[in-house]
Amino acid sequence: MRPPLLNEQSKPGLQAVAFPVTNDPVDLPAEHRRQTPAPLPEVAEVDVVRHFTILSKDNFSVDTHFYPLGSCTMKYNPKVNEYVSALPGFAQLHPLQPASHAQGAMRLIFELEQMLGEICGMDAFTLQPAAGAHGELTGMLIARAAHLARGKPRRKVLVPSSAHGTNPASARLAGFQIVTVPGAPDGLLHPDQVAPLIDEDTAAIMLTNPNTLGVFEEHILEIARMAHEKGALLYYDGANLNALLGLCRPGDMGFDIVHVNLHKTFSTPHGGGGPGAGPVGVKKHLAPFLPSPRAQQNPDGSFSWQHNLPQSIGKMRAFHGNFSVLARAYAYIRALGWEGLRAASRAAIIHANYIKKQLEDKFPAYTNRPCMHECVLMANHLKEAGLTVRDIAKRILDYGYHAPTIAWPIHDCLMIEPTETESKETLDAFISAMRKVAREIETESYTLQHAPHHMPIQRVDEVKAARELRLRD
Amino acid sequence: MDFVPNSEAEFAAMLQASGVSSFDDLVSCIPAKLKEFRSRLPAPLTEMELVMEMEKLAASNRTSRQVLSFLGAGIYDHFIPPAVDALASRGEFVTAYTPYQAEASQGTLTAIYEYQSYLCAITGMEVSNASLYDGASAVAEAGFLSLQANSNRPRIVHAASLHPEYLATLQTYLAGQKAEFVSAPLKDGVLDLDALAGLVNPRTCALIVQSPNFHGCLEPMAQAADIAHRHGAFFVACVNPISLGLIRPPGEYNADFAVGEGQPLGCPMSFGGPGFGFLTSTKKLVHKISGRIVGQTVDENNQRSFCLTLQAREQHIRREKATSNICSNQALMALRACIHLALLGKRGFQQVAQLNHQRAHAAAAAICGLRGFSLAFKQPFFNEFTIRCPVPSADLLARLEKENLIPGLAVADPNAKSSNLLLVCVTETKTSDDIQRLVKALAAFSTP
Ligand SMILES: Cc1ncc(COP(=O)(O)O)c(C=O)c1O
Repeated sequence: MRPPLLNEQSKPGLQAVAFPVTNDPVDLPAEHRRQTPAPLPEVAEVDVVRHFTILSKDNFSVDTHFYPLGSCTMKYNPKVNEYVSALPGFAQLHPLQPASHAQGAMRLIFELEQMLGEICGMDAFTLQPAAGAHGELTGMLIARAAHLARGKPRRKVLVPSSAHGTNPASARLAGFQIVTVPGAPDGLLHPDQVAPLIDEDTAAIMLTNPNTLGVFEEHILEIARMAHEKGALLYYDGANLNALLGLCRPGDMGFDIVHVNLHKTFSTPHGGGGPGAGPVGVKKHLAPFLPSPRAQQNPDGSFSWQHNLPQSIGKMRAFHGNFSVLARAYAYIRALGWEGLRAASRAAIIHANYIKKQLEDKFPAYTNRPCMHECVLMANHLKEAGLTVRDIAKRILDYGYHAPTIAWPIHDCLMIEPTETESKETLDAFISAMRKVAREIETESYTLQHAPHHMPIQRVDEVKAARELRLRD
Repeated sequence: MDFVPNSEAEFAAMLQASGVSSFDDLVSCIPAKLKEFRSRLPAPLTEMELVMEMEKLAASNRTSRQVLSFLGAGIYDHFIPPAVDALASRGEFVTAYTPYQAEASQGTLTAIYEYQSYLCAITGMEVSNASLYDGASAVAEAGFLSLQANSNRPRIVHAASLHPEYLATLQTYLAGQKAEFVSAPLKDGVLDLDALAGLVNPRTCALIVQSPNFHGCLEPMAQAADIAHRHGAFFVACVNPISLGLIRPPGEYNADFAVGEGQPLGCPMSFGGPGFGFLTSTKKLVHKISGRIVGQTVDENNQRSFCLTLQAREQHIRREKATSNICSNQALMALRACIHLALLGKRGFQQVAQLNHQRAHAAAAAICGLRGFSLAFKQPFFNEFTIRCPVPSADLLARLEKENLIPGLAVADPNAKSSNLLLVCVTETKTSDDIQRLVKALAAFSTP
């Protein structure tokens, strides 16, 4: 039996939290008054606590399970960051208090911008964007504004076919036409693929490096040269930055604009889908276009907001970003320093290559090159067995592991990102589970088709969900 | 410090098993010159040092515990029942990913479904998504959806009383679209309906009105909605969710989108984020809205289950044809709101709204009893109101800062060079002692 919803446990008159209202009449014209009370549940506190505690146990999470979800960097989220980000000195701060009341928070913002600049090789950062895609939109609006300021608006943005869906969606929201760069069999972007597509109307090229196939774009310097020669900007989707900490920096590769996902590389928890943060860094020539306001340090060492930014694109959201997420990332970087960051990327790369090598005979790698922090493996021969890559994903859940990312960036693939925070024992156990699944593909297709079998529920009917659309009680 | 649970011996073993002799072999694909960079970061800290450093930073802020603050204007100081933190801080929620694998995510999915149900309940709307980034970007998303759904209608009319940061966000988001923005003027703090009727036309895709508006006044939402609909434009209502325990909800005046900032529902102020944006709409528009949506279905055993649905709207399927670029949202904050609303329940949700209204009106009456102070607008309000002071509001703030009192936000006066206007917010957390202290402090400025 599945747990009942709270609405189904509702009993008239119950209330977990009450407020000391008086019976004074409320002076409010009828046209502004709610006619019928909102139909919220009427339950006791214990009902609420049991309900959500029971629900929480139906989740996989990094705290409970290995989560080798490619592109998502599901690394361990240190508990100390939860504690420090929720300190009352931060949690109870109102964003419109005068700067003199918020010097600690502003120092944190200012220093985090500086540290991200050092890590990425960029000159200036904004912490306003709330997630990666929000950062992409910010970056694309900066590109748009920069070309306009040069007096030559440009219409096109080049996006590789392997790019994450947010890349083309963000560029289009910023008003650009998308030109898709096809993929090459070796998984790399080649200058001769870019050459016929780039021209004086190209505003930017959006790249992920390492790319979503887990390999380092070796021709990046040449591609940067080509872009800049045409006056186009190079945009870095930092979703895969966890491979590069202390190894190399997007700024040095020639990227003009980068976003980083603090909820990936900098260990802030994913929260079941958010909140994250997607700070955007730019080279000096683009700094005037960053969103407003910007944190600045005054000659006396104090911090203030700079609002007078005539070339700024404007505001991407209200106030100063997902501050408590920023505080977690700040704490993470301060704890690790360069040594720790370098150790993290090194371990992430070794782990991914280890898994790739141990599984290659069963699930061949998409390319023979060494991978970076994640590997893309192919599930071949599924059709013959009447299976899809989704069946594999569902079966992996039965073994107690979250599924890898599947069917992206190419069909029938498994994108595995172990991260640095897993022990060799965990990796070995996962490898052995994957090998069992490989055997099951050959001999037990029925088991896979109906997987999972050991989860709180059996496979869900997604078609019914979309057809019948029950989106609320 | 790092969080890597393997020894060097294990790394050596893994490298060997991978067929390479050193880590450098794995990264030889990176051009050598990229590896030679110089940059500086502060030295690493042990956990104890980190905690001390962060506590020092936090302590150098002056928060609502040390300062008596009547700031609102988008972020509000509300009571958060401890059960919200206790439940929403569970690692199983905090460290889960987006629930794409439904069978491993029923906890998150069920909670989002309940969140969607509660958001529909309080707004009176038919459908809700699973959250957006914040209130300002939710307004921008609604603007973009309106543009997309109504081709050849480039005009977006908004009330001049829209929160200035929301308006700025809307304009920034849509800078690359062929949109024209028209600001509808106010009369005594709310929309001038006659003027509005002349601004909304068949080229208008959306009319965006916030209520309570930036000045705290309740807007004539029903009349504004009628004007929008008469011309086939969408009516976008931006509302404060906590007000809806008392104030007429968007569903009752036929809004097409009801959006807003969800922070008042169980999220700490946290210097302005994270809260969450909410977006609710009608069944008719469900295929056009942005963001993730959870639907109810069954599993192979015919048990009730939940999964993400209508994903064909989203960027991972539709790429540049998606209804929005959003991917990660503010799920954990939406969970907080869900728990918060469940704890308040039907009655508590009404009570907290009433208490906000009572305390704000008590404060306003007391302040207006002071000579020289008056309400700037003669309009109904919820928990925020604009006061005209006898002195420039900036001066007043500067003097009271020394007394650890922030009586409100100094806001611009379109009719004057230096403004005497103060936006005051009184939530349920302000006791009658707090209000007395405020009134006493303001009395020092009162005209003889
Ligand atoms: C490669 C890549 N780019 C962009 C994104 C979007 O980031 P966010 O979900 O933070 O908006 C993701 C997220 O999964 C990603 O993997």
